[in-house]
Amino acid sequence: MEYQPKILILDDEADWLEMCREMLAQLPSQPEIRTASTGAHAVAQLDAERFRLLICDLKMPRIDGLQVLAIVRRRFPDLRTVVLTALEDEEFRSRAYALGVDLFWLKSDMQQNMKMFLDCLESLLGRDMADGFRGIQNKSLMDIIQMECLSRNSTLLRLTRGPLVAKIWIQDGELIDAEVQGAHGEAAFRKILFWKSGTFENLPAEPNRERAINKSVNALLLESAQSMDEAGEQQTEIIEKTAHRKTVWRISLLTREGAEFVVAIPPEGEPEAWGTHAVEQQAKWTRRAMEIARQLSERLEAGPLSHLAGTSTERNVLALTRDNKQFLVGWPADKTDGQLLEKTKKLVASWDS
Amino acid sequence: MGLLKKLFRRPAAVQELPSGSLTVDRNGNTITSTISSAYPPQLLREIARDVLRLFSDARDAQMPMAEISIHFASLRITARELRGGAIIFLFPQTAMLQTPT
Repeated sequence: MEYQPKILILDDEADWLEMCREMLAQLPSQPEIRTASTGAHAVAQLDAERFRLLICDLKMPRIDGLQVLAIVRRRFPDLRTVVLTALEDEEFRSRAYALGVDLFWLKSDMQQNMKMFLDCLESLLGRDMADGFRGIQNKSLMDIIQMECLSRNSTLLRLTRGPLVAKIWIQDGELIDAEVQGAHGEAAFRKILFWKSGTFENLPAEPNRERAINKSVNALLLESAQSMDEAGEQQTEIIEKTAHRKTVWRISLLTREGAEFVVAIPPEGEPEAWGTHAVEQQAKWTRRAMEIARQLSERLEAGPLSHLAGTSTERNVLALTRDNKQFLVGWPADKTDGQLLEKTKKLVASWDS
Repeated sequence: MGLLKKLFRRPAAVQELPSGSLTVDRNGNTITSTISSAYPPQLLREIARDVLRLFSDARDAQMPMAEISIHFASLRITARELRGGAIIFLFPQTAMLQTPT
């Protein structure tokens, strides 16, 4: 018997739902399409039947899309999720990806790039219909680039590492251009390959992008791997100097950013700290506070924890997790909450550089 | 049987995020609240208990705090210390209603 995938569309606008229904009927896999106009209705349908894909709006009254996605992620881990929204805000994109969505698409882009959007949906439906694995956890950036190039894909890879954003343009499996922190072309590509961790997303290809990289991707990857190896060998030779430099770097980072102290707490082992003597007490509070917040998030279905901030007359503190490490950063009392988050993210992203 | 199941299926439990404020004493008892009475009181008690614990742990760690904010993807909880108790504000971080961070 031929399998017919089911798609659920959640949006509070009836006209939009009808338009989406007609549009998705064009998909080659001929999916069965259901609609819901509220988060509660959508979750009820997901509970009752097995769906392959949920297309979800963000801006809805009462229970909005982000909350629905937080619930879906926990209750239906195998369900593919797509956010389709009119909100052109990078913060919502990050928050949606943090909730594990497969694709974030703007409604305005969908109207302009209808075919590409349908291709993405078909691909999401198809990936589950065939046997295979989902996710690319623990893959290095080199693996991701090689996969894209070997599959002869055309895409714009957008990579994020804390506040840093990099872009790599791939057209028909060929590396076209790269961009990071003001650098372009090969120089940017080499710089990006030194990133050890981060997140990535596939954005629509830009076929008109002017070619700035002429070397083959394999040659560039090989050269970069060699230079990383060489750097690694040199590092073992000057390990003591490196440790010293790291300390100097961290202290200068603290001074430059204007932070009072930093406590870095690994999942296991002793915490590291600069600018404070109460390391044990502060590390203990951070661990406990983050655990309390994690449990609270589960009970309230409020989505993942972004950060925790505390204010006193003497200083502000901000706690967050990055790469499995918890950080507690102390700031002078005159800094505002909005500034603190950005500054803390920046400091923490550069901490282990 | 299938028809009965369809007719008597219980609606999925989707918890609306709490919005409003509540004041609690040092023991976590609610003094005043503007949060919908439909929201489970048990969950509000747990929020109050956790917030008071955060303040008390911070005092033990030699960094007493006047205000604590917990930022989740869809909810922000801001609590101000109030003579051993606390006033707690709950702001859903929805796409409809963005509150300053």
